[in-house]
Amino acid sequence: MLWDALLLQLGYNATLVTIGACFLGIAAGVTGTFLFLRKRALVSDAISHATLPGVALAFIVMVSFGGDGRNLIGLLLGSAVSAWIGLLCVSWLTRYTRLAEDAAIGAVLSVFFGFGIVLLTVIQSMSSGRAAGLEGFLLGSTAGMLWSDAMVILVGGAATLALVLMFRRPMGMVAFDPEFAAANGLNVARIDLMIMGLAMAVTVVGLKIVGLILIVAMLIIPPVTARFWTERTDRVSLIAGAVGGLSGYLGASLSAAAPNVPTGPIIVLVSFAFFALALFFAPNRGVLAAVLRHLKFQRRVHMRQGLLALAQGQPIYEKLTLRLLTRAGLARADGVVTETGRARAAKALWDEKRWEIVRADQAFEGAAALYDGLRELETILTADQLTEIDARIAPPTGVPS
Amino acid sequence: MTLELAANQGQAPAADAIETSPLAIRGMTVSYGQKPVVFSVDMTVVPGAMTAIVGPNGAGKSTLLKAALGIVKPLSGQVMVNGNALASQRQRIAYVPQRASVDWDFPTRVIDVVLMGLYRELGLLRRIRPHHRDKAMACLERVGMTEFAERQIGQLSGGQQQRVFLARALAQGADLYLLDEPFAGVDAATEKAIISVLKSLRDEGKTVVAVHHDLATVPEYFDRVFMINTRKVAEGTVAEAFTADNLDKTYGGRLVTGQIDQLDLAAG
Repeated sequence: MLWDALLLQLGYNATLVTIGACFLGIAAGVTGTFLFLRKRALVSDAISHATLPGVALAFIVMVSFGGDGRNLIGLLLGSAVSAWIGLLCVSWLTRYTRLAEDAAIGAVLSVFFGFGIVLLTVIQSMSSGRAAGLEGFLLGSTAGMLWSDAMVILVGGAATLALVLMFRRPMGMVAFDPEFAAANGLNVARIDLMIMGLAMAVTVVGLKIVGLILIVAMLIIPPVTARFWTERTDRVSLIAGAVGGLSGYLGASLSAAAPNVPTGPIIVLVSFAFFALALFFAPNRGVLAAVLRHLKFQRRVHMRQGLLALAQGQPIYEKLTLRLLTRAGLARADGVVTETGRARAAKALWDEKRWEIVRADQAFEGAAALYDGLRELETILTADQLTEIDARIAPPTGVPS
Repeated sequence: MTLELAANQGQAPAADAIETSPLAIRGMTVSYGQKPVVFSVDMTVVPGAMTAIVGPNGAGKSTLLKAALGIVKPLSGQVMVNGNALASQRQRIAYVPQRASVDWDFPTRVIDVVLMGLYRELGLLRRIRPHHRDKAMACLERVGMTEFAERQIGQLSGGQQQRVFLARALAQGADLYLLDEPFAGVDAATEKAIISVLKSLRDEGKTVVAVHHDLATVPEYFDRVFMINTRKVAEGTVAEAFTADNLDKTYGGRLVTGQIDQLDLAAG
């Protein structure tokens, strides 16, 4: 069953939803990258909640003009208008009042959403509103998705994606260094509005599939996941697009394969799975890598301290230090130094003396900046420089035995 | 206004100075809320010279630069670049913001940051070609950072970050370089590297203006000095303007007399 779903063999509706979700995921991931890099992730939450009154008002307007209240394009246009107003409210509150952005987001989000819910209740009491099914926009409803609905998502998503690709350079510049961007003549406020406007477009397009409450996840989780894997802006957005697209595809397939499972939440859970994977296993930035790095560093510190202690004939009390030394064959279990251990210890002590000279001398400033108490000086200075330093150290006193 | 005129006495710039100055500011006032940070300031940058902007903390040094570049919007005032409006002269100005103003954990490499300096050349869609890359590498070479080109910017030390910012400004290929505290929190080696790049720019006939904190190095590093404490205090060559009297006016009682004595001041 799942296999059929993944191969798009579960019928017309499931196929439409899966392809639409995949496309939406790509557009959301790529667009969300710039929102995330500009540190405006939460703005998307305000935008998405602000769509609701627009959906409801569009329904009322279309019905009162005698049209079909459920026309998707009409509803999406309505949601875009109210989301845009919400967006302007957040920008205005942040810019011209003393409210911080988080407070502005909180205020706009709840007021717009509350207003939307009131309007939905009003619609329920209208004669033509009984079967409106507008609640579907809260969490997405894919059951009755039509070819034309899928086309709206495809075209809207593609247009958004094209705009993001076109303006990725100025958007990246503003995200990294808005002052420099402004000094280059870029209108930072306008580009910010564009970043948020594009996120709004994705939100509106995704209302049908994921719904307004969860669309934030599609905008934010993929770039956050991508950030774990790469250190380059363009690759963050590429990987985010891939993660988003894959989450959409897999999530929609899964929900088609199992009866009565909602599409949007499953997509979000799948993208969370990608996030968790990255969080733990990504090289460099992942949790596992960080733990390993820390352990390795700790071992180096213990090793160095142990060698210096051996060199100076001091007893070693730390169990880890002793274990590391014995495992490397530098000391016996009772803490007595071995032949190789003696040589290594003398070398460590010598290295320490070299560092002392380097750190005291202005001429070696560059090298001294790299001092971390662990690194051997041979890895930094040339042989000539080392000879010069060695000449300055008093002749070795020898390692006490 | 009378105060302002008093400060300008004997050095009111001739009208034609505006036409030839790489950066002329007239009557600039910038305020955050109701409090002016820069008040009615005139500045006439002299071409081919290195000018230090000095003044106490919060005196409006950085704000003056930002307003000159249109990064913050002034309440009033005029900016002329080479005798023209700023908008038409953007490509002739390079800017180095304060290092601390950006997030260094941003996912980008050193070379990508320098390539941002070519934005006006690249525009929205032009592809980055080998000659763009060569240009960026040449700028990194000038600040001694070529081997760091592929590094993520978060791995750099403070001094290296500052040199990358300078390389990005060099890539802009401008005539006028505006730097906001280029020596703040950098190591001595970087300071030397930066000042030698700036001096070589000056020797090529370019103009350098830098917000500067360390009064002790002003005479050694700069030709001219612009002293500001919300209002302009003095403007001129180091010999004319960098006097104990002007420092006292700029910093009020904040500089101890002993500190002033240690400075290599112009006789005056």
